[in-house]
Amino acid sequence: MRGVRKSVLAIAALALVGSLVVPAMAAKTLNGAGATFPEPIYSVWMHKYNELKGVRVNYQGIGSSGGQRQIKAKTVDFGGSDAPMKGPDLREAGLIQFPMVIGGVVPIVNVQGVGPGELKLTNEALAAIFAGEITFWDDEAIKATNPDLALPNEPITVVHRADGSGTTWIFTNFLDKVSASWHEKAGFGKVVPWPVGVGAKGNPGVAAYVQRVNGSVGYVEFAFAKQNDLSYVTLKNHAGEWVQPTIESFQEAAANADWVNSDSYYLVLTDQPGDGSWPIAGATFILIHKDQPDAATAKAMFEFFDWCYDHGDEMAMAKDYVPVPDNVVGMVRATWGLEVTSGGKAVYK
Amino acid sequence: MSKAASQSRADWTFKVITAACALVVIVLMGGILVELLRNSGMSIRQFGFGFLTSTEWNPYAGEFGAASSIFGTVVSTAIAMLLAVPLSLIIAIYLVEVAHPKASRIIGGGIELLAAVPSIIYGMWGLFVFAALMQEHVQPWLGKYFGFLPLFQGPPMGIGMLTAGLILTLMVLPFITAVTRDVLQMVPPVLKESAHGVGATMWEATRHIALKYGRRGIVGAVFLGFGRALGETMAVTFVIGNSHRISSSLFDAGNTIASSLANEFNEASEPIYLSSLFELALVLFLLTLLFQTAAHFWVSRMQRQEAGDR
Repeated sequence: MRGVRKSVLAIAALALVGSLVVPAMAAKTLNGAGATFPEPIYSVWMHKYNELKGVRVNYQGIGSSGGQRQIKAKTVDFGGSDAPMKGPDLREAGLIQFPMVIGGVVPIVNVQGVGPGELKLTNEALAAIFAGEITFWDDEAIKATNPDLALPNEPITVVHRADGSGTTWIFTNFLDKVSASWHEKAGFGKVVPWPVGVGAKGNPGVAAYVQRVNGSVGYVEFAFAKQNDLSYVTLKNHAGEWVQPTIESFQEAAANADWVNSDSYYLVLTDQPGDGSWPIAGATFILIHKDQPDAATAKAMFEFFDWCYDHGDEMAMAKDYVPVPDNVVGMVRATWGLEVTSGGKAVYK
Repeated sequence: MSKAASQSRADWTFKVITAACALVVIVLMGGILVELLRNSGMSIRQFGFGFLTSTEWNPYAGEFGAASSIFGTVVSTAIAMLLAVPLSLIIAIYLVEVAHPKASRIIGGGIELLAAVPSIIYGMWGLFVFAALMQEHVQPWLGKYFGFLPLFQGPPMGIGMLTAGLILTLMVLPFITAVTRDVLQMVPPVLKESAHGVGATMWEATRHIALKYGRRGIVGAVFLGFGRALGETMAVTFVIGNSHRISSSLFDAGNTIASSLANEFNEASEPIYLSSLFELALVLFLLTLLFQTAAHFWVSRMQRQEAGDR
């Protein structure tokens, strides 16, 4: 009995010492927080990276605004945000941002007799539906582009996000660009004053509501729509072509975007040129401080991001995300080298 | 040291420790109130009293009003209380006065189990199972026979104010039932037996003896359920539809204070947005405080009346 108690004590003491020692070797742990949209792919990368290099990277999906707040407060090593920050705001906070991975948003519908990709909506019709100007599925504006579909005389129920979300930011940014009437009624942001509809929490909530309610329309992140076999919509892009949401159409949107002339990568991949571009795509961004307090941590961070850019593409596509185009990765690396310092010395070479 | 002195010192220590622990409650409550007030200061200054009456909720333009959230909180709680209170009383009376002790034990165990189910489970079940039931059967039926009332108009979506109210009913029902049952069980058997002795029926004995004897406890049980309905967050968020509008139809989507907080706190980036959410929380805090105080006064008035009766 006494022996047992002794060994328990010994183990407890060891555990205590262990827990004290580990933080001392701490450059091995990196902490990030922010957008939930890229969390699935980040966690895959972090898990794999930890397996290969023994470096732990933690990422808390607390939302884009939370990510921006946390990095400004320096409670994390890097922040994540779906909505890019504007150049002047970045400079004021002493931050740089760069795109990490790209995803898309797709409208989904639940209309009797309409399968995935069958319903074609023009930008104007989509915006009018979400603005509450088109209220029935057999409206002329919808029938005009879908002569072959038997659309029911059913009221349209709009389903949107109830929680603040980067997905909403990208989707409403698109509506805002293509419809003057939407711009006046609601604008764009992580939360907007929806003219009509019901709100659901998270991508799963929107999907559940749309599947639940007959005659409903909503929007979810592409990966989510694909993995759950939801009835997505075919849209008309900037070039006037009908496109379906696929990895290729997102890649094209990303490749055709004008990254070179953007201020600090402030670029939203909605309504981009290119015959095959899906009109509602968006990059998700990483935020880091220009002046790094600890060179070792900064170096470990860049090693991780480098590894993601170099080896993460296939993992990203398996999760239905799109890798950042190579030419953009080159620009990002140049930015790191030029702008990030620790104790006055460049960190990334 | 004499034995008496050490005893009085022990008493003193005991007193101080217990008092300090009790004080924590007051400090916590005061701390929460101060913190809520401090954080909502910006919103209070900007919107003033209009915050409570405005239905505008536009984070994009920085305009905020709590009316739709207060409305939704009150309506969903009212639905829940209207249905749950009578139902709970009936079940509790059955369990104590009517049922065979064995049946009473089994059903009572089931009710305690229901009370222990986490609210997120009610939310998921509500969205995936109960909302379908509402959409396919309950709402079309209500629309058909009671559609002349504005309360039951509009397309049956399955989610919305009515569904939220019904889920809340299911959630507070076990609480009120369990406590009411315990209260009724405390009624001294000799009272009921004497009632039966002078020829009272089972209903008369229940109505005039058991319910009257236990009414303070029952009011307490009702307010326990009320408090839960008022502040319930996750389950409501799942099924209420989360729109910042006031609608006369119970089929329509709405929101409550708690559901708005749960939905929007994470992504509230502007200071005025955050401050408005804090003011919403403050409103809920004060609303709860108001009802608790009212309940307290009501119970003590009943106590005085009872004393007068005797």
